[in-house]
Amino acid sequence: MTATLNLLVAVCLGYVAFLFLVAFAAERAALRGQGGWLRSPLVYTLSLSIYCTAWTFYGAVGYAARSGLEFLTIYLGPTLVMIGWWWGLRKLVRIGRTQRVTSVADLISSRYGKSTLLAVFVTLIAVIGTTPYIALQLQSVTASFASIAQADPNAAPLEDTRQIALSVAVGLALFTILFGTRNLDANERHHGVVMAIAVEAVVKLFALMAVGVFVVWGIGGGPAQTLARIDASQMGQWQVDGMRWGGLTFLSAAAFLTLPRMFQVLVVENEDEQHLRTASWAFPLYLLLISLFVVPIAVVGLEIMPAGSNPDQFVLTVPLAQGQDTLAMLSFLGGFSSATSMVIVAAIALATMVSNHIVMPIWLNLTGGGAVMSGDVRNVVITARRLSIAGVLALGYVYYQMSGGGAALAAIGLVSFAGVAQFLPALLGGILWRGATRAGALAGLSTGFVLWVWCMLLPSFGADVVIPGTVLAEGPWGMGWLRPQALFGIAGLDPTVHAVLWSMLFNTGGFVIASLLTFPSPLERLQGAQFVNVFQHSARPQNWAGGTAQSEDLIVMAQRILGPAQAQALFQDEAQRQGLAGYLPEPTPDFLARLERELSGSVGAATAHAMVGQIMGAATVSVEDLLAVADETAQMMEYSSQLETKSEELARTARQLRAANEKLTQISVQKDAFLSQISHELRTPMTSIRAFSEILRDGGGLGSQAQSKYAGIIHDEAIRLTRLLDDLLDLSVLENGQVNLNIRTGILSAVIDHAVAATGAGHGLLKLHRRRADEEVTLETDLDRLAQVFINLIANAQKYCDAAEPELTIAVQARDGRLLVDFIDNGPGIPRQVQSVVFEKFSRVSDQKAGGAGLGLAICREIMARLDGTIAYLPGQSGAAFRVTLPLSQRMAAQ
Amino acid sequence: MSEKPAPLFLERRSYRQRRLMDAARLAPLLAAILWAVPLLWPRQGDEAMPTSTSIIYIFGVWLAMVGVSLVLSRRLTEADDDTTTPRDGGGGA
Repeated sequence: MTATLNLLVAVCLGYVAFLFLVAFAAERAALRGQGGWLRSPLVYTLSLSIYCTAWTFYGAVGYAARSGLEFLTIYLGPTLVMIGWWWGLRKLVRIGRTQRVTSVADLISSRYGKSTLLAVFVTLIAVIGTTPYIALQLQSVTASFASIAQADPNAAPLEDTRQIALSVAVGLALFTILFGTRNLDANERHHGVVMAIAVEAVVKLFALMAVGVFVVWGIGGGPAQTLARIDASQMGQWQVDGMRWGGLTFLSAAAFLTLPRMFQVLVVENEDEQHLRTASWAFPLYLLLISLFVVPIAVVGLEIMPAGSNPDQFVLTVPLAQGQDTLAMLSFLGGFSSATSMVIVAAIALATMVSNHIVMPIWLNLTGGGAVMSGDVRNVVITARRLSIAGVLALGYVYYQMSGGGAALAAIGLVSFAGVAQFLPALLGGILWRGATRAGALAGLSTGFVLWVWCMLLPSFGADVVIPGTVLAEGPWGMGWLRPQALFGIAGLDPTVHAVLWSMLFNTGGFVIASLLTFPSPLERLQGAQFVNVFQHSARPQNWAGGTAQSEDLIVMAQRILGPAQAQALFQDEAQRQGLAGYLPEPTPDFLARLERELSGSVGAATAHAMVGQIMGAATVSVEDLLAVADETAQMMEYSSQLETKSEELARTARQLRAANEKLTQISVQKDAFLSQISHELRTPMTSIRAFSEILRDGGGLGSQAQSKYAGIIHDEAIRLTRLLDDLLDLSVLENGQVNLNIRTGILSAVIDHAVAATGAGHGLLKLHRRRADEEVTLETDLDRLAQVFINLIANAQKYCDAAEPELTIAVQARDGRLLVDFIDNGPGIPRQVQSVVFEKFSRVSDQKAGGAGLGLAICREIMARLDGTIAYLPGQSGAAFRVTLPLSQRMAAQ
Repeated sequence: MSEKPAPLFLERRSYRQRRLMDAARLAPLLAAILWAVPLLWPRQGDEAMPTSTSIIYIFGVWLAMVGVSLVLSRRLTEADDDTTTPRDGGGGA
């Protein structure tokens, strides 16, 4: 088989048809919902390979042949970015998904307050930076055609390479329009396109590796010998310039994030954040494999090809020179794949930017009323996008034609990288720094852009093409410090490193300084918080507060952009969520924010914001809204602290209430017990009085002795009754404060003696312990009442102390101007649960010993209160212990 | 209702997750440093490093980093990515 041009064209067309089929099948599968395999991490990883364009496929070998291992920097940069996915890419992808970002311009504009100006600016830089790159792809395809044609003896020498470039451009435009603008919502993703570029990724990797394997084992004679050949070649030693090594690695890392086509596949086409997980190691592996055989191919090519042949074509010409036509064909397809996949995605990305940020705003302005006006916005957007795709490819072709496919294109890859890298400060600053402002982004971008154009883009055309050689050598108007490749008189730097260094330095500087000096608008601040803290709250920004929007106007507009079915579904869903029937939900801020995000998926954030804004009556976020939000937060915090105080108060009150309730319950139980007790106490003497009085009344035959005995019983019972009633009366009098105190002066020991004598203690079972010396205290009080208290306490001890040898200790001490008299027995004491109620009326410690009516201690308490003293139960003693506290008399205190 | 004080120490599992995240953040730095090593090599004369050695070194590092990234991406879980939770100062963040 010989590699004829005709065969090549046939294979080429067949391959393109195959790609169409793949894309078509993927679209169909996705439509039918069978596209599970379309959403695999593998497809995502492979789609990232559009980073490796024809510049990689052909150019890397040429680069290696010219500059040795330096070509690796272009792949090391993206590897670093992918390995560091955890802090960079992950955030970018999350933001892209939550904000429904459609392009790098949309992201930057959206972050800085949905600024249209920024979006336009970024779009223009992207177009300027990408057009030469597209031209480069067209050139590489035509060059590879030319290489094959040269090897084909039958074919006439290729006269018009432009014809080929044109047909390639037109074909790519058709493919891109067909599969790239099928659905409007960029976030619905282009399954067909992604699948096609995934297939192309496999083809180009396989092709390059096949050539590599052929070179190493087929020509080189195995790895060891090939390595020896490498060492023997002109690039046999490590001779990489450190500045370029570091600078280009940085540049390629930056471009990997900011190239519109990379942003498209990395962020916009991302189906699932988890795919990054796989891509983080699989894509570096892909890059490793694709650059593995570059040096061997370059070295072998330099050896076997005639001097002066173009090293950029070695991938193709080495197999051709060895008669490996099939391999050459495969290699051609690999290069073709690299070129086409890059052009397709770049065109989609650029077209989205151009239509969303340039065409749509202009159209909205021209039609005045905007979305509410007649006409289908959906059609307008799609048409705009299709025209933009055609426009981008046309620009690429025109550029290619004008540059004549010369050597000037070879350096354009790095120039393009440096151009889009100008987005980096605004992009990274935007997602990492809340203080970044729109003015800062504009300042940084414009400074960087100007420096890039002056130091890199214009000189790249060569001297005397755009800028005269004298300017290049001496600076404009003889100002040496403005020389494009030696700014500030610092000559000797590598031109690329020079341009990247100064542009990035001034870009970042301008960005930071302007951000520090300016004050962001409320919308910017809201968006800034949303972007920087995307992991904390994926909530939507509160964009529309209290609107006058008519739902009907909104649905009319949404239908035009999203299509009737989708818009109606959205509105119905929202209405349902609000609990309404039908298609018209209330235009709540939440719903408006959601609608705006849906729309921004189609027309970009700035345009969507503007369109909703027109219907909303230009309601935008004001400082007042922000303050209101802040105010609400403050109110919430104050409210919650108030609640906290109140709940503490409530808890305290509850505790008190519980204690009170417990006491009340106990008192009520006591009262019931008392009532039955008192009835019993009254009834028992009454019964005997009645019985004996009946006997006396009826009994004529009773002896005088019996009569007197029965009368004595009646008398005793009557006394008992009287005593009970006296007690009750006494207590009542005391409680009502009607008591008359008989204040006299006396000695404490005498009072105690009196009490002991009255109770008959000391003679009976109860053994008394007293210290007479302590008791010699003069008192000025109602001595009789005090004695009554003491009698009660001693009697209690007699009644309730059930120790085998009952003892009562009466201890007296003076403390702090008060006299303390303790009565401590050696009995069981009073159980803890009744200690608190022992002084209540009718309280009886024990039911077994019916002695009194439970009034004694209550009377004591009342008496002591009258005497300005207290009586309390003293816990923790050997038995029951009561402490009587009395004020010492003035005279006593004076002694 | 009052804010809960941040725990001083984390559970063993979440502690490991935090350290894995640290490793994931440091991985690109490690790679960058390793790839900067060739800049220290002599460039002229007989001692200049042969290209074959350079290739083996650079691609070796590359492959190792792919391996590191593979292990890290497998073991990192999304559950603990919430950066609102304070970093564990006491735990040794």
